[in-house]
This record gives sequence, C-alpha cells and structure tokens, in this order.
Amino acid sequence: MLLIKCPYCQQERAEVEFSYAGEAHIERPSDPAALSDAEWEAYLFLRSNPRGTHFERWYHIHGCGRYFNAVRDTVTDNFVRTYPAGMPRPSVHDIDDAKT
Amino acid sequence: MVHFSLPTLVGKAFGKNKGWPQQWSKPEPKKNYDAIIIGGGGHGLSAAYYLAKEHGVSNVAVLEKGWLGGGNTGRNTTIIRSNYLCDESARLYDHALGLWEGLSQEINYNLMFSQRGVLMLAHTVHDVQVLKRHVHANRLNGVDNEWLSPDQAKAFCPPLNISPKARYPVLGAALQKRGGVARHDAVAWGYARAAAALGVDIIEQCEVTGIRRGADGRVAGVETTRGSIGAKKIAISAAAHSSILLAMAGIRAPIETFPLQALVSEPIEPAFPCVVLSNTVHAYISQSDKGELVIGSGTEQYLSYSQGGPLHSVEHTVAAICEMFPIFTRLRMLRNWGGAVDMTPDRSPIIAKTPVPGLYLNGGWGSGGFKATPGAGHLLAWTVAKDEPHAINAPFTLERFRSGRLIDEAAAAAVAH
Repeated sequence: MLLIKCPYCQQERAEVEFSYAGEAHIERPSDPAALSDAEWEAYLFLRSNPRGTHFERWYHIHGCGRYFNAVRDTVTDNFVRTYPAGMPRPSVHDIDDAKT
Repeated sequence: MVHFSLPTLVGKAFGKNKGWPQQWSKPEPKKNYDAIIIGGGGHGLSAAYYLAKEHGVSNVAVLEKGWLGGGNTGRNTTIIRSNYLCDESARLYDHALGLWEGLSQEINYNLMFSQRGVLMLAHTVHDVQVLKRHVHANRLNGVDNEWLSPDQAKAFCPPLNISPKARYPVLGAALQKRGGVARHDAVAWGYARAAAALGVDIIEQCEVTGIRRGADGRVAGVETTRGSIGAKKIAISAAAHSSILLAMAGIRAPIETFPLQALVSEPIEPAFPCVVLSNTVHAYISQSDKGELVIGSGTEQYLSYSQGGPLHSVEHTVAAICEMFPIFTRLRMLRNWGGAVDMTPDRSPIIAKTPVPGLYLNGGWGSGGFKATPGAGHLLAWTVAKDEPHAINAPFTLERFRSGRLIDEAAAAAVAH
C-alpha cells in the first residue's frame, strides 16, 4: 500500500484514502473546436508513460476531497514529493533535492 | 529437434531420461536479420514461428531482455476465451481460440490446453442484461456462448454459492464452453522450440536500447546490450514496455502501464471444474493441474512498472472468492505476484504498422493478452511479412485514436480492467 502525503492536509495517509487521476500538467485546450485531430488525440490519449519519474494527479477522495499533484518513480513506486494543483511542474533540481 | 511421441518418451525412459537434447539453441546474435521481434514472450515467439512457417521468413531473431516467458506470459492466470462484445474483437479473439484448438498437435508440445468452460457470473439486473447482450452478440458472430440459470450454473460449477442470501446473489451466468486454460510457460517454450526448429534465433539477456533508422526514415536495426544488430523490419511485442520502445523511434503512444496482481493457493485435490469470472465482485478463478487455485485480481489504479502491487487489492479479490465459494474460506494462499500491463484507452490491442516504415507494433493488450497469444503472433507475422494488416487486425490500428474509430471494450470485455 502506498503512503501518500496530501499537501493540503499535510498528513501522510494510506493509498485507500486516495484515487489516482492520471498524468498531471495536461492542459485542457481553451478552444477544443479549433484543434486538429492530431492535437485532440494528443490531449485525450497520448501519455508519457515513463519508466522513472512521473508527474501525476491524485484525489484525496476520503479526506479533504481535493486534487493535488505528485512526483513518483514508476519503478520503485516511491513518492518524491506532492504539491498543490496549479503549482508549476517541479524542475529536475527540485526533484533531486527532494530525493536527497 | 526430437519429435515428442509415445515411442520417444518410452525410449528415453528406458535410458533413464538421459540424452534429451536442448529444446532450442542459444545462438550469438548475427550481424543482420530480415526481421527482428522485440520481446520473447508468447506473442513474440508465436510471431516468429508463424513468420517462418507461413511466410517463409526464417532469418528472424527474437530479442528478449530477460528470459523467455518471464514477463506477462508467465504471470497471467492462463484464461482463454473469445466472448468479446464488439464484432472486431469477437473476430480477433475467436481467431486466436481457433488456433489454440489444434496447437499442441501442430507444434508437438503439450500446452495442457483444456477447454473446461468459462463461466461469467451475473449478480445484478444490470449484469444480467449486459451478459445476455454478450450471449446474443457472440452468437451472431459465430462465437459460442450460452445463458445459464443459477441452478444450471451450480450444476456446471458445484462449488458455486447460489444462495439468494449472498451479498451479491448469482442471478445467472454466461458460459463459453470452448473457453478454458492452458499452461502458460509451455506456450512460450513450445513456440520457442518450434520457431528455433525453423531457423529462428532466440536471443535472451539482450535488451534493446535504441532503434536505428536510415536516411530514408526506414528502420535499419537495433542497439542492444549485446551490440548492434541490423534488420529490415522490426516488430515490437513487448507489452509493458511498448511505449518506451516506440519512443525510441519517436512515436508517442496511447498506452499506459499498470500493475496487475495474481495469486495461487496451496494445492488441493481436484475441486474446481471450470473457470469462473465475476465482474461485479471482481475475481476470477480456476484450478491448475497441480491443484492450486489460480486467482486473478484487478489492475491497480496507478501507473507503474514495479511488477508488484499492494496487499489491499489482493484482500479485496480473496474476499470476493470467499463470498462466491465458501468452501475455500479456510484455504491458505501460497504466493502472489504482479505483472505490468499495457493499457490502451479503449482496452483493445494495437496490431499494426506504425508511422515509421518497417516498424510494427503488437501491444496494448492490457490484462487480456494471454488468450490471444496464437492469434496475435499469427496476425503480427502476416502484417510484418506482407507490410499490410490481415483483415482481422486491420481495425486494430494506432491511428484509431486520431480518427475516433475506437473498438471500445472498456466495459464490453466483461471484466473490469
């Protein structure tokens, strides 16, 4: 079971309190009708699916009920850090700092 | 290659079973191949076999980063069925089931293929409607499937609890009698042996680290941990790592990788005659010939390559098994493990050419690839050899996520993914 720190509640809680919500930092197009098929495909379906550092959304469904973002390693499943939704994607330096 | 038969078995038995030759050789990689298949699981090995057997392309290498069948081929719950809802899927999976039916004889290898029947339970009115729709759709597509009352289901599978007092009572079931199980390791070994006998090189401990392309954009070969290997055609059949290999050729894929767990109980006497799947309580179960109950869980909610998962998912699955089969409540579980499955948004696979000339993909099988092993390999071989898809896999393109022609089995596959 993963242990996840909700950045709003500031508590590390069990995975069963949370719901995974897919890759983070995918922006909804402001004018969907203006998109080409390829752009729409990229928004809806194409994902980075990395083996390693992944930026992802979680939903504290049985807690504060808010979405937040996380950086997690997809091989070890270790969370590097979590941060509130709306914050920019952490840089490589931020991630390295959080790991040490 | 020694042909397995009663006389060879008896003969070797008299020789104290000494002198059995290696079933396939372990060659060093050659400089160049007509085709390279990345991934030495059941799908990749069967593709190599059919390339050599049906298309006369035997200058083929199968590159496997670990050991044969060490990925999802050896980690699944061995269930075989073809009762999918969509027309395209019914054709695809029934093509595979048809190949399973003669396969042990064809490749002279006992796959322990057993058509003991796959029973899918309905616990709610909605389940009943959905599964009856499946039965009708399947029969229109020539795929056997029949509706059973709870009593008929109990007669087919005596350990089943059909008490109306159950938390999720059994209201009926769909039965595909041609469905069943096979020994998954034997599938990889049998195809490896048959392919090697036709001249295919099977190269283990050889991880692909890059895909080389010529000035014209066509594939030229692969970089591996055992050196550079040239190839005119490259087929990716690497399940969880499909998107990583595609990225080496500059292709972004509509694929994400999730953990999926399974477990087996201690071995017991034959007690469970068929395969049972339940979507609503979410569990699937059969009994192996060794006597272990083989139990499958659902995919985890988060993306991961870890080939493991949390205990709470396993607990949830085991609770469902105890609910349906009270006779197993005191059984001990022997071991559990995880695989990593490559999921597409519509939960249907991709067997197709890619935008890169000479590069082909067989992937996105998610949690349901084992049942399709012979069919996937057969169709991938066709697609690679002819540079165009077979009619059966023609709808299973990479481009359908752009055109919108999805083959949506997300709800229709009758299991939650």
